[in-house]
Amino acid sequence: MRVTVRLFARLRDLAGADELTGEVPAGARVADVWCWLVERHPALAAHGSSVSAALNAEYARMDAAVSEGDEVAFLPPVSGGRSRGQDSRRPPR
Amino acid sequence: MHDLVGITAAALDAARIASIAAEVAGPDGENGAVVTFLGTVRVTNAGRRVLHLDYEAFEPLALRTFRQILDEAAERWPGVRMAVWHRTGRLHPGEASVAIVAATPHRADAFAACRYGIERVKQIAPIWKREFFEGGDVWIEGATADPHDEPARDQAYRRACV
Repeated sequence: MRVTVRLFARLRDLAGADELTGEVPAGARVADVWCWLVERHPALAAHGSSVSAALNAEYARMDAAVSEGDEVAFLPPVSGGRSRGQDSRRPPR
Repeated sequence: MHDLVGITAAALDAARIASIAAEVAGPDGENGAVVTFLGTVRVTNAGRRVLHLDYEAFEPLALRTFRQILDEAAERWPGVRMAVWHRTGRLHPGEASVAIVAATPHRADAFAACRYGIERVKQIAPIWKREFFEGGDVWIEGATADPHDEPARDQAYRRACV
């Protein structure tokens, strides 16, 4: 089934595109779409532990089921907030 | 009439803020306190001289997130009226990137709700900034956005001193 993948900020820069069209198997979950994406853009692999996902413009877990025609967005850490995990790069404030 | 949430490429200038604040305060005079927070672009960050910041938002999700923050605040401070607005595009030092306005009958709740609002925006709004400074540029990233992260929400409550 076809899904639209949207990328923002650093992820978009790394992939060199803000929108892609993906073909994933029926029954795929958001995490499968991420794997599809990483296969095509290996530079994104290191960011897997810090991304958030949105399904049709609503925050979604990585195990959320995806349907034909869905838009899956992957979001790098946002510009503020609670720092956690080694991928956070929060400058002193 | 001004929307209570918004993403805008236009300046959050004094006239705009006044209009938002008037909308939040409401027409009936029941709110004795209207607190406005403006986040502005700071000219120094991490020892660097900032030239400008480029903000981008995932707009439909950001607006949804702002409405969620208003709902959360209303749970904690029943009757509070709030607005959350954020800029996108290129901002120079001194310009307002975000505005939070909260109105309640008494000031303690308005200050607390306003603080809660900005803490939550920083935690969960899908908005990113790229800092251009003398000698380079860098994405500024904080935490992985998770609107259901209860410890993060608790932290926002604590920072609101409630």
